Amino acid sequence: MKLIYNGQDIQVDGGLSLQQILVSHGATPPFAVALNGQFVPAGLLPETKPESGDSIEVLSPIQGG
Amino acid sequence: MQDITQDKLTIYGEHFDSRLLIGSALYPSPQIMQDAINSSGADIVTVSLRRQNSVAAGEDFWQLIKDTGLRVLPNTAGCHSVKEVVTLAQMCREVFQTDWIKLELIGDEYNLQPDPIGLLDATDILLKDGFKVLPYCTDDLVLCQRLADLGCEVLMPWGAPIGTGKGLINPYNLKTIRERLPEHTLIVDAGLGIPSHACQALELGYDAVLLNSAVAGAGDPVAMASAFAHAVTAGRLSYKAQAMPEKDVAAPSTPTMGMPFWHQN
Repeated sequence: MKLIYNGQDIQVDGGLSLQQILVSHGATPPFAVALNGQFVPAGLLPETKPESGDSIEVLSPIQGG
Repeated sequence: MQDITQDKLTIYGEHFDSRLLIGSALYPSPQIMQDAINSSGADIVTVSLRRQNSVAAGEDFWQLIKDTGLRVLPNTAGCHSVKEVVTLAQMCREVFQTDWIKLELIGDEYNLQPDPIGLLDATDILLKDGFKVLPYCTDDLVLCQRLADLGCEVLMPWGAPIGTGKGLINPYNLKTIRERLPEHTLIVDAGLGIPSHACQALELGYDAVLLNSAVAGAGDPVAMASAFAHAVTAGRLSYKAQAMPEKDVAAPSTPTMGMPFWHQN
């Protein structure tokens, strides 16, 4: 199925958890995740399964003013 | 003589020596960033979150910040809606392990002016969710009062639009906010360009300043960070020392009694 991962279209197998998708796309800590604009706490990543067309944001620390 | 070592900045019940909060963006190099932050004497540094595949986001930067040993204040820069700003704040809390949030909600792209209505809504949501909100706001007295009514212990009105370096464009408004909210911690956030701007903010009774571009964009950021540190100290001492009343008419400082040649011509 198609997902949007940090603004890029990706294809993944159906039924994968957010945790599995993050691992397969090389996400490296520290990061936090949002699914369709809603924050997903780290503890819920293994049990959260995106659906086709969902948007995943994986954010990490950066400079800020 | 004032003992400035006992004069602390208070943020949600925590006390800090420095009255300068510094940003981590726009420096010519990571090393200069670290050196400038150290030179500023700041106890608090601002950070943010961006997509992991974007340039410079990730572990390397985070390790540099951790190496400074400073308290981090995450921001929600770039958000344009209440939903975005709440989500980003929650993500910041998890990554940075802090319930502090510098709440930025942009209402206008031209001058990056905060959206006052959305800011109130987002502040209410985040305070109820356990955050300690430090809202970046305009210098509007009623907006600041409403934010205080919601439970904000710290307010951060702008000196001028972000990155302009114009200084305090409306000292009257800032002074009025200080007078009307005497118990709140007030921090001028954004718009400062030179150390005298920071000094002026502290002389008005503001508790601290938060800046980034004025240091990072200087020819020598490390030296400018030190200059701002001195200016903040000078401004605070000046405020505590209580300046003389301003007058419209000249008054001689040298005694006139005993003046020679008086009325001889």
